[in-house]
Parts: sequence; structure tokens; C-alpha cells
Amino acid sequence: MSGSARFVKRRVRALTAGTVLLPLVFSAAAVAAEPPAGASSCSGCHAVSAKVDTPVPRIRGRQPAEIVPAIQAFRSGERPSTVMGRIAKGFSDDEIRAIAVWLAAQPAEGR
Amino acid sequence: MRTTRRAFLYSSAAAASVALLPAPALAQAKARVIVIGGGFAGATCARELQRAEPRVNVTLVEESPIFTACPFSNSVIAGLRDIGAQRFGYDAVRAEGVAVSQDRAHAVDPQKRLVSLSGGSALGYDRLVLAPGIDIRWGALPGYDEAAAEQMPHAWKAGEQTLLLRRQLEAMADGGTVAISAPANPFRCPPGPYERASLIAYYLKTKKPRSKLIVLDAKDSFSKQRLFQAAWQQLYPGLLEWVSLSNGGKVTSVDPATRTLVTDFASYKADVANVIPPQRAGHIAEAAGVADQTGWCPIDPVSFESRLQPGIHVIGDAAIAGAMPKSAFAANAQAKVCAAAVAALLRDETPSPPKLINTCYSLVAPDYGISIAGVYHPVNGQLADVEGAGGVSPADVSPDFRALEATYAEAWFRTITAQTFG
Repeated sequence: MSGSARFVKRRVRALTAGTVLLPLVFSAAAVAAEPPAGASSCSGCHAVSAKVDTPVPRIRGRQPAEIVPAIQAFRSGERPSTVMGRIAKGFSDDEIRAIAVWLAAQPAEGR
Repeated sequence: MRTTRRAFLYSSAAAASVALLPAPALAQAKARVIVIGGGFAGATCARELQRAEPRVNVTLVEESPIFTACPFSNSVIAGLRDIGAQRFGYDAVRAEGVAVSQDRAHAVDPQKRLVSLSGGSALGYDRLVLAPGIDIRWGALPGYDEAAAEQMPHAWKAGEQTLLLRRQLEAMADGGTVAISAPANPFRCPPGPYERASLIAYYLKTKKPRSKLIVLDAKDSFSKQRLFQAAWQQLYPGLLEWVSLSNGGKVTSVDPATRTLVTDFASYKADVANVIPPQRAGHIAEAAGVADQTGWCPIDPVSFESRLQPGIHVIGDAAIAGAMPKSAFAANAQAKVCAAAVAALLRDETPSPPKLINTCYSLVAPDYGISIAGVYHPVNGQLADVEGAGGVSPADVSPDFRALEATYAEAWFRTITAQTFG
């Protein structure tokens, strides 16, 4: 780490300590709810709101046992798709599993 | 989550700016985040951040009470869609707890961490997110200024310009010539000029079949090119002509009085001329000192924090996002990653390296859709394509496949606008 970066780190810490940090005390649950890499992009096509009229399946609240093999099958081409195969190829098994676990923990209907 | 900060989050120039920061901007009871620009990037980011961190004061500064979406505006131009379907308000954003300030941000002081509004007030921030979209580079194409756009609409910001181009097409006699000038990279919506050409060709074919459409291009290649060209040959033979840079397609000046587009080799007098001009990040980016000499904004690919000004993040079309195109989907995806990063930084945590997806649909005809997708991750300080992922729709598929992608395109619009504004 360069000297300037170390300085930035100290400086930012100093600025935030006792000011911003005070009201921002977060529970472990809030941190765990953060989407893993790639997960937040899904809702660009897979609607979260129940009000949206779409043939694209809703994926929140579904079980990993359902989601993981589906994405793997899209990735291998075993399951035909228009665009999901191209997207699934960008994710490893571990990443797919992490996304599926996060999706399962989200309410099926939301905003 | 690790609490060590990455060295690459800040350039040494940025570090020097941080050293000048006065403390008072942060001496607030609640962290304040200002988001400037209420499009697919800004409105999404404000909502996501407010939802993730209800205790943060999030203010969205947006001049217009109504957002008019660019995706699907080519269908409006071609008479296939009502402009009302493109318009969205900010009630749902407000209902989320975001303060929406209908005002124009005209200056940013990165040292004092203040945004000045045209209404006269100034807002302090702990972190600022700029999502200003694009501005037209008036004058970059000789002859093309704001007055010229009334004769030769760009229609590259949706709204009155969209309707003007539509009216001009409707008023044109059968047998007329329509010309589109497409710019060099980078610009908003890389496949946009070609979707527009396709849907105008569809309009001409169905309503004014003796007419011609010529696309004059400052490039030799473009997004989804093979798919577009195959579809043009199939659907619009003899009607739509594309002139590449190598074939003299680059428009070097325009004359709005005669609707003439001039290249190095010829002049094209059009009955309807759509000039898609050179662009840059929205003006506030330059005012905030986050735009570089290209006119766009270099960012860190993990946090979307500016490479030039710490504490300011840039998302959407204004950002230099490496391999990610300037699309609504990308803007929305970046907004969600940026919101999570800003939340982490306010907790004094290090944002996790993200992955982002882009999916862009184009209509070549109402029932003929094609797509391009990509997956991106930070590599050496840039957002790079994940190797082996992404790409365009297959070349040889049934009409059913094209129709399905057209259906998905419309569903995508409903989904992303509901997420952003609904």
C-alpha cells in the first residue's frame, strides 16, 4: 500500500469516527443481507414487484435447490434460453450458489 | 466483510484533495447522501440506498418532475407507441423516504462538500452520487447547435425531440428521404441508432413505401451489427442503406436551413434529418471536476467513486465504465452496486468487488427482437468483460425466437421502470 493510500485510510477513519458512525450501527443481519456479486443485477429483468406484467419468472423467495440447477443448466446449454445462457456463463458454481441463497432469503414480493 | 481499504480506491491526486477536506461537512447527526439526476441510474440509486440504510438522509435532485425514458422511444418515433408510456414521476421514490428536490444542481464544491442549486440553496453531503446522463456537445459537429436541433432533431434525450422527429416523419410525403447521422464511440445506447433506423424503416415500409432511409455513420462497426444487417436485408431491402466511415459515412457538417448533411465525399439533402450528435457527461460532471478531457467520468470499478474527486460517485451514461455500455440496464445495475458501496463506505467498510450484468434489447420490427448481454467484473481498475460470457442473440433462429425476444424487450421495460419509478 502506498503512503498516500495509508494517509487516506487514516483520514477517512478520523473523519467518520464518532460522527457518521454513531447513527450507523448496523446489525449483523443487515450486513448479511447485502447481495453477493452479481445478485443485484437480476432484478433488471426478473421483476420484484407483483404488479409487473411479465413472462419472465420471479426468482426471489425460491429455494436454492431449484435455482442452482436451473442456472447451471442454462450455462451448459442443456436448458434452452434466449439470454440466460449467455449470462450464466459469467458465473462460477460458488457464485451461483451464493446468489441463489441470497435470492431465497428475499421476500417473494417486494418493491 | 474486510475493513481494510484498497489502495486503488484513490489515486494520489484524489488523496491530495482528501487532505484538504474540512471536517464540518461530516459533523452531522445523520449521514447525508445527495444523488443528482433522476434517471435509471440516479432514481434507482437513491431508492436502493434509502432502503438499505433508512437512517441515511438521501436527497434526489432532479430538475424535471417527469422523467421521459429513452428505451422504447424509437417506437414512439415510428408511431408504434404513445409517448405517455415513456413518462414516469417520482411519487414512489418519495414514498420510499427519499427527499426529491425539483431543482437544478449547477455547482459542486468537492472540498466543502456542497451542492449549489439554482433555487438558491446549497446542500451539504457526506457522499455525492452523480447520475446526470448525457449532454449534447453543441458545436462539435459544425452547424449543429440548439437551433439546428429544432430543424434536424437529435431525439437522443427523450421528450419533445422524440415527438418532433415523429411529426416530421408523419409530415413527410411518400417518396421522401430520411437521413440519420450516427456518431463515433462512445455515446448513449450503442445499438440505439440502428434500432431507430430499423423502426423508421418499418414505418416507411408500412406507411410510405416509396421512401428511402440512409444511415451515415462515423464508424465502421456497431453493436449487434450482423444481426441488424441480416434483418435489414430480410425486412427492408432497397429501403435502408448504411454508409460506413470507410465508405464516406462520417458527417462533417450540417446545414439546418436545407436539412443537408455533408461528408468528405458528398452532400445529402434530406426531407427528414435525424442528427445523433457527439455527447459528453451531463454538465454537472464537469462542474464537479469529475469529467476528464474526454468529457466522461473515470471511476473506480468497485465503488463507482470518481478517480478525480473523492466522495463523489458517478454512475450511468456519464461514467467511463470500461466494457459496460451506456445503457439503461447498465445504469440501473451500476446504481444498485453503487448504493451498496456507498452504504458500506458510510459504515467505514470496504465495498466488496461486484459483478454486473447488462442486457440490451433492440427491436428491428415490432415482433422482431434481438439482444446483447454481458457480465462484467473489476480487472486492473477497469470493468472488464467476464471471458466466455455474454454476446448477441444467435444468427440462425426461428421467427418465434425473435418474437420471444421482442416480448422480453417489452417485459424488460415494464420491469425496470417499475423498479426505478414504480
